[in-house]
Amino acid sequence: MTTNRRTLTIVGALLPVALAVAAPLLAPADPDAGHLADRLLDPGSPGHPLGTDSQGRDLLSRLLWAARPSLTAGLLPVAVAALVGALLGIAAGLGGRATEQALLRTLDVLYAFPGVLLAIAIASLLTPGLGSTVLALSVVLTPAVARVAFTETRRIRTAEYLEAARVSGATRPALVLRQVLPVIAPVVLTYATSLVGLAIVYAAGLSFLGLGVAPPTPEWGAMLDELRPAIFTHPWLAAMPALVILAVSVLYNTLGGRETQAGATPRAARGGSRAQTASRAQAASHPSAHPDPAEAEA
Amino acid sequence: MTAPTALLRLDEVSKSWSGRPAVRGVSLEVRAGEAVALVGESGSGKSTVARLALGLLRPDGGAVAFEGRDPARLRARADRAVRGRLQFVPQHPRGSLNPALRAGEAVGFALRAHGVPRRQRAERIGELFRQVGLAPELARRLPRELSGGQLQRVAVARALATGPALVVCDEPTSALDPDTQRRLLDLLTELRERTGTGYLFVSHDLAAVARFAHRTLVLRAGRVVEQGDTRVIWDEPQHPYTQALLAASGPHVALRDPSGSGDPQDQQDPQDPYVRTTEPSEGPS
Repeated sequence: MTTNRRTLTIVGALLPVALAVAAPLLAPADPDAGHLADRLLDPGSPGHPLGTDSQGRDLLSRLLWAARPSLTAGLLPVAVAALVGALLGIAAGLGGRATEQALLRTLDVLYAFPGVLLAIAIASLLTPGLGSTVLALSVVLTPAVARVAFTETRRIRTAEYLEAARVSGATRPALVLRQVLPVIAPVVLTYATSLVGLAIVYAAGLSFLGLGVAPPTPEWGAMLDELRPAIFTHPWLAAMPALVILAVSVLYNTLGGRETQAGATPRAARGGSRAQTASRAQAASHPSAHPDPAEAEA
Repeated sequence: MTAPTALLRLDEVSKSWSGRPAVRGVSLEVRAGEAVALVGESGSGKSTVARLALGLLRPDGGAVAFEGRDPARLRARADRAVRGRLQFVPQHPRGSLNPALRAGEAVGFALRAHGVPRRQRAERIGELFRQVGLAPELARRLPRELSGGQLQRVAVARALATGPALVVCDEPTSALDPDTQRRLLDLLTELRERTGTGYLFVSHDLAAVARFAHRTLVLRAGRVVEQGDTRVIWDEPQHPYTQALLAASGPHVALRDPSGSGDPQDQQDPQDPYVRTTEPSEGPS
């Protein structure tokens, strides 16, 4: 039962990635080849199941190809934030009072800005592109993960097994990587999963504003921007990229939520009770509600 | 049996927690191969003394020396040989092992910290498990899949992994049932006789340490109120507090001690759990 649920989660998480990887095989047409005669064909047109855009390019093909930069911008920053946030959180949790205060107050400064505004501000300072989107979102997401990692590290800081590990003569890196990280990883990863949906929406937002991937490369947010003028004449066409963004972010939010409820990552299943891990992930993330995964669904 | 040199020496050590003294001028010595018990009620400062001895805490005053070195200043890599000779068995079976690591990994971590190459580690883990009376197959279990007694045996195996000369045990038996308690003490006794390891054994239960420790120090409110040969303290406790501790160890103990007839209660805090506790525990047979 547990295995089935986990398998379902993994399959669900990998499905959009698989579609992105298989885009060349699945896309019925060249995503960049436009036929002006076929401009703005509605979904269901012969040869163009989802219609065409304002330059006559096949929308299905473009949406499939767009999954590559869009998912990269959604998944990579979360991975970066999980890693960097975990290490910062552990450093703050294990370090002395000065280290803790310096790290936490610096993160608080980043917290003071709404996530979207901060992402826009950072991205606008950089050359538009996938790289700057990933960087901007990584910076936005890291403080939240660091908070969760800090809370968890503080919880186990005085644990007897850490004292015993210290007495055994372990170096600090060994202590962090081999004793602390395995314990906090389930909670941090569970929380990070719930940020993927948010990151996808943020990334689409950045490219919608022209701060992300440059045209003509297909990207969901940029495609939404391109089809915006057609919203009153061909509403279904304009809705296509929006629906994809909605579907994918809801998918990842649901998966993240399921994992949070079950507290089930491999280490968590090994480490403690599921219910504990789940409530800890929720409790730990609560005060840092600022990049709220719920925003993604709004 | 005891070599004359002191392995561990605490000299007038004191420690306060935000202005409140927890340990006041405690001096003690543990010689090689000797078992010394430190007994006292909860809050008497005995766990703090254990952590000071291990170098996990730095004293506010006084000095701690293990083999002539301050354990709080040992460096992880450069001094790991010394570090490995001073080991720790914590109190709570559930807390003493990392919940995310398999039992063998917990022992392997200590071996790795002491530079035992990966290839030899699995074999050493098996040996150590056998030494503490555990089936080597249990190394693959997670802490939650082991019983309290098994967990404490793993903790002992981890302490033995680095070849210690002194093991500090912080109430290693207090969370165990009497039978498991007795078997763990038997194991520690056997290991001491076989390997000549010294012990500083912290406990709230005089009866539990009576068979195990050569010498006993009684700690109250951060001060040593009585110390000496365990047998002498057991038979003729001088300090009323020690008498109360003995009385708390079980009804049969109180019967053996005519002077413990109620007087100690007048001298105790009303919330002192040991005065009122009369539940039987494992005494020496």
